[in-house]
Amino acid sequence: MNAALIEASGLGWRRGGREILADVDLRVEAGRILTIVGPNGAGKTTLLRLLMGLQKPTAGRVRRVPGLTVGYVPQSFSVDPIMPLPVWRLMGLTRPAARDAIAAALAEVGAEALIDADVGTLSGGEQRRVLLARAILRRPRVLFLDEPTQGVDFAGEIALYRLIAALRERLDCAVVMVSHDLHVVMAATDQVICLDGRVCCAGRPEAVREDPNYRRLFGRAAADVALYHHDHPHTHGPEGAACPLPPFGGAAGER
Amino acid sequence: MDILLQDFVLRALAAGLGVAAVAGPLGCLVVWRRMAYFGDTMAHAALLGVALGLLAGVPLPLGVLAVGAVVALMMAALMAQGRWGSDTLLGIFSHTALALGLVALGLMAEVRVDLLGYLFGDILAVTPARLGWIYAGGGAVLAVLLLLWRPLVAATVAPDLAQAEGVPVAALRVVFMLLIAVVVAVAMQIVGVLLITALLIIPAAAARGLARGPEAMALLAALLGAVAVAAGIAASALLDTPTGPSIVVAAGALFVLGLAAPPLRDVLLRRD
Repeated sequence: MNAALIEASGLGWRRGGREILADVDLRVEAGRILTIVGPNGAGKTTLLRLLMGLQKPTAGRVRRVPGLTVGYVPQSFSVDPIMPLPVWRLMGLTRPAARDAIAAALAEVGAEALIDADVGTLSGGEQRRVLLARAILRRPRVLFLDEPTQGVDFAGEIALYRLIAALRERLDCAVVMVSHDLHVVMAATDQVICLDGRVCCAGRPEAVREDPNYRRLFGRAAADVALYHHDHPHTHGPEGAACPLPPFGGAAGER
Repeated sequence: MDILLQDFVLRALAAGLGVAAVAGPLGCLVVWRRMAYFGDTMAHAALLGVALGLLAGVPLPLGVLAVGAVVALMMAALMAQGRWGSDTLLGIFSHTALALGLVALGLMAEVRVDLLGYLFGDILAVTPARLGWIYAGGGAVLAVLLLLWRPLVAATVAPDLAQAEGVPVAALRVVFMLLIAVVVAVAMQIVGVLLITALLIIPAAAARGLARGPEAMALLAALLGAVAVAAGIAASALLDTPTGPSIVVAAGALFVLGLAAPPLRDVLLRRD
């Protein structure tokens, strides 16, 4: 097992007496892709924010390797029209970068032509690519991606996940991403955490896919994913041990 | 035309240019952060600073700065609680401070105060000492802006992203508010309490159409502010109009001209 770059134990967050997230344990390891899936309101973005230190947990703790460089691609990003912001300047937002390095990072995501474009004029897919390039320009050891394919069509989605997997190889960084599109993400990840306020199941994607908790949470969509990967031998890996039932009812499903 | 070369006119010009150089870049941050009303609040609090400064017998810019800093810190603390909308907080602080200032000035029967001078400014009466305050305060603000420009812009464009990547966003917000307090303290005599925000907002807004990046916009805002100051002072001297308002009118005229600028910019600054 690799050394953990980030380790969360007993992580929880509540607001106004409402428990958003509870009892999350996880490890972020170098060179591995960890994907957080779950229905709306499951606490996915909250978990990501806690791991990045944007929110302080109300329970448990997050330990990070000191001096950890992270890159972050937020879920939503818009630039006020009163702010003139060319792509090259966005690339150096938190740290100055030479134009060569900026061009190289943009080339890696196939967005080199956009270097002088105004950020406000980018399409959803272009914006995702530019933000990804910006994050990798920092040579991060952990790359946080919140819904990296938001606003990207299905073909672009597959390409983007391939790109993320390739970047992980080349940079040897950890990737933590939040996603709700199950189809593609399951194929492009090392570990899945299925979230519904708590960790409802976790492990390798092929194991999580077979987990009854996962299937109950996602209903038909989960079945579609299984169908999509129908050629896969149905075995449970040792990491994919079933996890305890969630304390409260999941989404509609068989009881 | 000789009037334009009088000592007091040149001093006024020096004072106005000093303020414009700082108000331009800081004003860009104000409009990017949509905090125009915060500038107003600081300006209104300045009147209370004047009253307390007179009472305590300290130089007025110091009194204004002290009150501005206290108000800025109180607002930052209350905003962080997130219980009130920031427009509500700004309305409360702005008007309470203004009213307190007027009440305090009214109570000081023994001091005759030129209220209009504070409300609308008296740039032609700038003394060498006051000029020193403007350049010391303005220089300090410019130095901080230069030092913290990248993180300030990052925290403005995408606060979460900046914080995730190690930018101290909350601390920068406080620094930014204090910078505005300093600029208000030194700019008050130029255009007065009621028009300070104009010097922050209008040159920045006028620069938007001409600029392709945040740095270019900041420099252009300083430049346009300087043009507005020079044009306003000249017009005021030649037409015998009030100087502070003349400067703001000139800035407004530049903004209108700026609306026509983007097509021109595309011709002049085409990048190859």
